[in-house]
Amino acid sequence: MGQGIMLSGAEKEVDFFIHEVFQYKIGDNVLYITRSHVCLLIVMLILIIFCIVAGKKLKKAQEIPSGFQNVLELVMEFIDGLINGVMGKFSPKFRNYMATLFVFIFFSNISGLLGLRPPTADYGVTLGLALISFTLIHFNKFKHQKPKGVLKGLMDPWPIWMPINLIGDFAVPISLSLRLFANILSGTAIMALIYTLLGKIAVIWPAALHVYFDLFSGAIQTYVFCMLTMTYITDACTTEEA
Amino acid sequence: MEFNDSFIKGCSAIGAGLALIAGIGPGVGQGIAAGHAASAVGRNPGAKSDITSTMLLGQAVAETTGLYGLLIGIILLFVQPLTK
Repeated sequence: MGQGIMLSGAEKEVDFFIHEVFQYKIGDNVLYITRSHVCLLIVMLILIIFCIVAGKKLKKAQEIPSGFQNVLELVMEFIDGLINGVMGKFSPKFRNYMATLFVFIFFSNISGLLGLRPPTADYGVTLGLALISFTLIHFNKFKHQKPKGVLKGLMDPWPIWMPINLIGDFAVPISLSLRLFANILSGTAIMALIYTLLGKIAVIWPAALHVYFDLFSGAIQTYVFCMLTMTYITDACTTEEA
Repeated sequence: MEFNDSFIKGCSAIGAGLALIAGIGPGVGQGIAAGHAASAVGRNPGAKSDITSTMLLGQAVAETTGLYGLLIGIILLFVQPLTK
């Protein structure tokens, strides 16, 4: 990591990088445990506790919901509606994965509000998510369209287009992950710039920027990531006869 | 030819500024998408939620090219791959 440019008026350097918390030595290699890992664990812990509480609450579900049960039903109805709207008849199989993805990315994006460094501002996390989606897309492609259909899809207008179609296929995980990563990173970078350069006058009003960069941008990017994954999976599942 | 570090840092800053010109394209594109969505809502107010979600999806995809420019700018400024 470079030294970073000392910007005029800053008492300390602008800092939104991933820092190591501690390190393990495995043979000759060093394994760094970074801020991303810690923040990821905190987000997962929050989600797990939320799920356990929600499960306990729903065991004693009431006919007429009230309080916490109302919120849970609202969230589930929203996510179900989103998934059913795009995937149609394929939705039952993918509901678990898409809902998990949605909730995880959303909580990661808004974890900047809790003072954490959002885990999705680490390219390792978003690339992992995109690769899972990529595997799912291509597994379903081979399962539903059969290898012959996949080959036919690759040579779409004419066989000479095959390299271009291949590049298009492999660009999917890269653009999916870079879009999410760059959006969240830009928000994190701008907030870090404001807090270091305008540190003396950054009182209360950065809250409005937090609403835009963390809440609004995070929600939009979650929606876009899930929408695109669902569209690609539905495309992969659709055969010509059906 | 040898250049010193300050020269390379300055040139990196200029390069980062130039890379952010990439923001013009997505700006224009998102504006066009929002304008058409507004006129579509005017014609058919009932479909407002569908139009809004389609618009947001399209805008987010159009934003990608601008974000690539932003990434290059951030890398040039803060990671500084060109200095030794």
